[in-house]
Amino acid sequence: MKYIEDFRNARHAKAFAEKIRQVADTGRNYRLMEFCGGHTHAIARYGLEDLLPDNVRMIHGPGCPVCVLPMGRIDNAIALAQDHDVILCTYADMMRVPGSHRTSLIKARSEGADVRMVYSPQDVLKIAEDTPDKQVVFFAIGFETTTPPTALLVNEIRARGLTNLSIFCNHVLTPSAMRGILAGDVQIDGFVGPSHVSTIIGAEPYEEFAGPDGRPVVIAGFEPLDVLQAIMMLIEKINRNETGVDVQYTRAVKPKGNERAIALMEEVFELRDTFEWRGLGFLEKSALKLKEAYADLDAEKRFNVPAISASDNPACECPSILRGQKHPVDCKLFGTICTPDNPMGSCMVSSEGACAAHWTYGRFREPKKAIA
Amino acid sequence: MKTKRPKLDLKNGRVELTYGGGGRAMSQLIDELFRPAFSNTLLDELADYAGFPGGKRMVMATDGHVISPLFFPGGDIGCLSVHGTVNDVAMSGAKPLYLSASFILEEGFPLGDLHRIVTSMAEAAKAAGVSIVTGDTKVVERGKGDGVFITTTGIGVVEHDTPLGAGEIRSGDKIIVSGTIGDHGVAVMSKREGLSFGTDIQSDTAALHELTALAIETAPGLRVMRDPTRGGVAATLNELAEASGLGVRLDEASLPIRPEVNGACELLGLDPLNVANEGKLIAICSAEDADKLLATMRAHPLGKNAAMIGEMADDPHHFVQMTTSLGGNRIVDWLSGEQLPRIC
Ligand code: SF4
Repeated sequence: MKYIEDFRNARHAKAFAEKIRQVADTGRNYRLMEFCGGHTHAIARYGLEDLLPDNVRMIHGPGCPVCVLPMGRIDNAIALAQDHDVILCTYADMMRVPGSHRTSLIKARSEGADVRMVYSPQDVLKIAEDTPDKQVVFFAIGFETTTPPTALLVNEIRARGLTNLSIFCNHVLTPSAMRGILAGDVQIDGFVGPSHVSTIIGAEPYEEFAGPDGRPVVIAGFEPLDVLQAIMMLIEKINRNETGVDVQYTRAVKPKGNERAIALMEEVFELRDTFEWRGLGFLEKSALKLKEAYADLDAEKRFNVPAISASDNPACECPSILRGQKHPVDCKLFGTICTPDNPMGSCMVSSEGACAAHWTYGRFREPKKAIA
Repeated sequence: MKTKRPKLDLKNGRVELTYGGGGRAMSQLIDELFRPAFSNTLLDELADYAGFPGGKRMVMATDGHVISPLFFPGGDIGCLSVHGTVNDVAMSGAKPLYLSASFILEEGFPLGDLHRIVTSMAEAAKAAGVSIVTGDTKVVERGKGDGVFITTTGIGVVEHDTPLGAGEIRSGDKIIVSGTIGDHGVAVMSKREGLSFGTDIQSDTAALHELTALAIETAPGLRVMRDPTRGGVAATLNELAEASGLGVRLDEASLPIRPEVNGACELLGLDPLNVANEGKLIAICSAEDADKLLATMRAHPLGKNAAMIGEMADDPHHFVQMTTSLGGNRIVDWLSGEQLPRIC
């Protein structure tokens, strides 16, 4: 564990904090969005906001795939488990997320539905092979990091000739979400870019934010010192009026990413025309579905899964929070009826969402004023 | 900020796994169902034990054990069911004397395993100086239980006059933990299917009655002792903050955590402060007596890694707040309903 400790050294943190203070121009404000829930977690878990000067404000991004999945898709999954008598397999984070009727997969399970928590698609294969008389559905979610394992699963289903296993695909794309956030009136000066996602897709896909309306991106590792260093790099880039992509996380991110994983995804998946994101609405070309050649493994087709649109509580401020216009405490529901035990909107769903992180780790702190 | 959590649906709701998680969902179940139904002055103090009058002051505690797997590195459900209740009694400052044991066995459970479990219970009881004086056994059909569930109830007697309880805590009091945090939870989780990772962490399951007796003897300024089991140190400190009307200030750099436990928690996405312990206690003590108490604990084998981890402070919000290893601050919250494996 020596390795981990190296990235969490208090002295190094102080040195970075000092440098950030030196490079940040006191005559202006910096509104920086960390896109990834992992970064939000590191910032909150280590109290990094306390190390930043007042004119540097972190805006927490859409967090994690669990947060951005619209309730209608969760309703679909619950219906699959309850009405179609399938074994529904999913990752643990998905179990508690409420759908539109305040119900969740964990509740559905306590009412008798067969919902299984899995750690990897390998577990799903085993369940399908052990129960040949039952239909098994994998509730696949995630950004580009969990997509290649699902693609491998699809290949395995074919190779083993399994007819009782299908995929309910909800894989989504990070750059599209960043594009979605930047549409409209946004108050974000730059992005701390995703770490794990970027190890797969590389740095190049973010080049689309390099144009005149773009924002600078610095791809950062998940360790707290990575995040501090990336913030410093981002501030310097903003000072130079630069857009485009830099990589802090050079120990793992290559410009073109993991080319084998990308090829695997391209073989199995294709873009959906549009897909709903919780908190961001419908975003064009922002999600994946199985290619026509694999249509028979698509649970949406096998079970005629309907499109359900279910909206969040109208008082939920997630859309403005995700665009940097508001802070969680600006929401009337924050901490009163909306808490991590009882989330009303996407930002409260997982510990990595903006509202949940502020509630769980930061609610003792006066929020930095929403910077105009 | 008061949270308005929807009330339990006592008509159509069902038992969910989160109700056993040691988080807010569990305390809601207690507050809305058990407490109103069973309410009496002893129960309403809501400690893990109840003291009641009778000759000397007596103390009683009960604890159900549903751990999976039944055998784990460093222990098994047998010794755990003794330690758990002995510790609940001991935290009150009482000397544990007698235990009852109630077994729910699943049809088909191997008797050899039951024998191992019972032997381990007997050894643990002997070592802790308690007698198992009454018991009960029920068997449920195959598939309706998970091998063995054991409930133990313990009785002890209080032989000292130090008033103990959250109400005794004052701002400025010091917080001591008797050793490394999170060992039990990680040891158990390391053996669960799908979570296997290479570690040889042992559960810390142990009877703490000697340590509690020593604490009472050496520190007149001792305010309260608790064993941070389910929900970990975080849950215990949040309970104490609320019950005392104060806040807690922790210093992350002083937390005793084994590097292997830290590493495993990293992998599992857990915070060691939320992970269960079965052989550790948290003592809150006046600032004057704190060094003495710490030295006494460190001199005992079960307290050799004891550490002073923070102090109590005035705080209208009753927050448990921590200065992180990097010098920032954060809240240390209850675990919110997350589903963890059965660990006690
Ligand atoms: S507190 Fe809840 S309802 Fe309000 S913005 Fe955050 S997630 Fe939405």
